[in-house]
Amino acid sequence: MSAIVEFRRVQYRIGGRDILRDMSIAIEPGETIVLLGRSGSGKTTALKMVNGLLFPTAGEVLVDGKATTAWDPVRLRRRIGYVIQEVGLFPHFTVERNVGLVPRLEGWGEPKIRARVAQLLQEVGLDPAQFAARYPRQLSGGQRQRVGVARALAADPPILLFDEPFGALDPVTRLELQKQYLSLRRELHKTSIFVTHDVREALMLASRIVLLHNGTLELIATPEEFRGAHTPEAEAFLAVLNENPDV
Amino acid sequence: MYEELRDLILEHLALVVTAMVVAIGLAVPAGIAATRRAGWRRAALGFANIMQTVPSLALFGFLIPIPFIGGIGKRTAIVALVLYALLPILRNTLTGILAVDPAVRESAVAMGMTPSQVLWQVELPLSARTILAGIRIATVATIGGATIAAAIGGGGLGVFIFRGIASVDTEQILAGAIPAALIALAADGLLGWIERRVAV
Repeated sequence: MSAIVEFRRVQYRIGGRDILRDMSIAIEPGETIVLLGRSGSGKTTALKMVNGLLFPTAGEVLVDGKATTAWDPVRLRRRIGYVIQEVGLFPHFTVERNVGLVPRLEGWGEPKIRARVAQLLQEVGLDPAQFAARYPRQLSGGQRQRVGVARALAADPPILLFDEPFGALDPVTRLELQKQYLSLRRELHKTSIFVTHDVREALMLASRIVLLHNGTLELIATPEEFRGAHTPEAEAFLAVLNENPDV
Repeated sequence: MYEELRDLILEHLALVVTAMVVAIGLAVPAGIAATRRAGWRRAALGFANIMQTVPSLALFGFLIPIPFIGGIGKRTAIVALVLYALLPILRNTLTGILAVDPAVRESAVAMGMTPSQVLWQVELPLSARTILAGIRIATVATIGGATIAAAIGGGGLGVFIFRGIASVDTEQILAGAIPAALIALAADGLLGWIERRVAV
């Protein structure tokens, strides 16, 4: 199998400081990669290089075998769904128009868009009849995040990026959305890259965990391997897990 | 008297509308450009700020000796009114667009919107209210400011006011000042109504 996303010796340097150093990883189709690290570890920077919001200062990121710098940024981004913690729904668009955004940009017909939006809202657990005409300000945080996920899935992109999507939610809603993500993943067979600082979330969702520390890739491991890992940063994260086993 | 009043009101409105169309045409694009680069922002705001600080009568006077845009008459008056109206529109365009939630802008870009789609579908609708507020403030100020146009032969309701001052005739002054004030109130009400109707 050939990699769908590949980092080749990627560096990101700004203002004389390395945010990311010499990062290499090949991501296979269908994987859920979790970039785990503390604040400032470079995980969000790495994520934003996949959809060309940032470009490496050295090395390259390849998507479908082609460097992000060689892609038309608009075409690249329409192949990649993006979900962020702040959600970033358009406040002046209804839920229906938010979710239908990329299909509309892609020029789908109106009936097809409407059907797709209704289907997606169902999939993320929102009743279309009740929610399609609402504005984001009329939704709870968890509902907004569900709409954010539906919007990212709308044009059926093969790659999904998640930047701490559930970080601002209460623990109960967070767990609901994590479980929903797992069931969606089983159905959809997407490649996902997921950023989090929550080791529990990483162990729950990842097919492989990529541990970043101060801009350096410290470890790539499956969740099982990660539980037995002995690098300093992995032990620091595992210690969190053992400190509060019930949280 | 009534015919003259009617003509002066129309002349006044023509001055204001022309000045506002030109000012909006300059200040909104300049405000958008100013959001893109900090250097442009400083230059545009600096220029508009300076224009605003020059006393209005002096600004009309300064323009008279300048070739092409200056001289006596309507054109000079309109140039002066435009220069005055720039700042509120420019500043509100800039503030409105910069106030758009960065997460909203980032997701617009990440969804694969082109820069012009981000501008027209996200940034401008979300800042429309603020921009309209700037246009309203500038319009009201321009309606008042346009009375000074008569001092350099620009016509408008200022003709009554200046004539009244020269002949110490309060009635003449009021014949210019009251219609100007009523027009300003009407414009403020109308533009305020439009502003409130713009959904955010």
